[in-house]
Amino acid sequence: MSASVKKVDAQALFRYVLRLGDLSLVLGQRLGEWVGHSPALEEDLGLANIALDLIGQARLLLSYAGEVEGRGRDEDKLAYLREQGTYLNPILAEQPNGDFGQTIVRQVLIDAFQLELYQRLAGSLDERLASIAAKSVKEVRYHLRYSAGWLVRLGDGTDESRARVQSAVDSLWPYTVELFAEDDLDSSMADSGIAPRLSEVYAAWSARLDAILAEATLQRPADRPHAWHGKRGQHSEHLGYILAEMQYLQRAYPDARW
Amino acid sequence: MSSVLVSVEERVRSAWEALARVEDPEIPAVSIVDLGLIRFVHVKPNETLDVGLSPTYVGCPATEVIRRSVIEALEEARVGEFEVNTVLSPAWTSDWISAEGRRKLTAYGIVPPERTVSNMRDVLRADRPVACPRCHSLDTQTVSEFGSTPCKALHRCRACLEPFEYFKCI
Repeated sequence: MSASVKKVDAQALFRYVLRLGDLSLVLGQRLGEWVGHSPALEEDLGLANIALDLIGQARLLLSYAGEVEGRGRDEDKLAYLREQGTYLNPILAEQPNGDFGQTIVRQVLIDAFQLELYQRLAGSLDERLASIAAKSVKEVRYHLRYSAGWLVRLGDGTDESRARVQSAVDSLWPYTVELFAEDDLDSSMADSGIAPRLSEVYAAWSARLDAILAEATLQRPADRPHAWHGKRGQHSEHLGYILAEMQYLQRAYPDARW
Repeated sequence: MSSVLVSVEERVRSAWEALARVEDPEIPAVSIVDLGLIRFVHVKPNETLDVGLSPTYVGCPATEVIRRSVIEALEEARVGEFEVNTVLSPAWTSDWISAEGRRKLTAYGIVPPERTVSNMRDVLRADRPVACPRCHSLDTQTVSEFGSTPCKALHRCRACLEPFEYFKCI
């Protein structure tokens, strides 16, 4: 780590990196549910590819988190042996897939967030985070190109497709508040030059969403104050089901290898 | 092993030769050196070779296979003590595919990537039309940004009606 970094509390850095890793892990696991069920083979491949990239990000981030924590937990232990209350992803990531349109809306919201976040995180004073972000942002560009492309086709499509994605935008929009709600942990990371200010990320995200929604002929919902605390480990019931499936094997057969 | 008798320069040279024979498991036409995945072969003060390997995509399952193949190839070439380290920064870019690699991709029927600089300005816009590798028509369309592997997109030629793959530029 660079000498110019202000001394950072390892536990705080661990929790911050975990937030990023858990977002990728949970969303990747969600997208994986589409495999074999997508509307067309191309979309099956597309969603599976995005899921794979997200799991790749999660592996790098959770491995790093484990090293920072220094208690011998590696990526697998962090992914497979943690309880729901210690997962720190924003709860937008765990929202159900719904129909293809709802999956696409959730994806646009998070892709645009990761794009703007990673672009800035690539300049982090924490070299390891900077290199993970610089690598991942290249892939996230393709994710957003895919998801935004579909949102435009569905929004500016038939009455049916338009109604469905507008309703998905309306129902998922409130969850975006949590992405940008800067708490003490986010502030301390920004103060140390490790993470960007979330207000800055929000401004860029918001402008990008305006452009995408306009092209998709969709309405941007009004912001409503909401307090979700997935980033602190308070989740919706959905996460438990995701973890039950994802962690089943390691819990039934601890340390299984094949 | 008689590595003490061999000069460090020779060990580095035979390491590069061995690495140039390691194929990408998904695109056997092209070696990992052609793809620019081997970032360096350095010599550490204790004369251990330090081999820098970069992933193309962070979740690409081929990365693990490539790593194993690299280790096997270096052991077989008897280059002495070595370690293989993952290099994330600067991130791998498709610009590092060598001229030879691009030629081999084309011969294999995969359109090599466009150069990145012009391409990434607007993330929402697709690349310029990609010429069909068979009939060279520019009348082609993107079927999906995601193909059979993370690094390839799926295209279709409207002129000769053949599908083809494009190595994405990242």
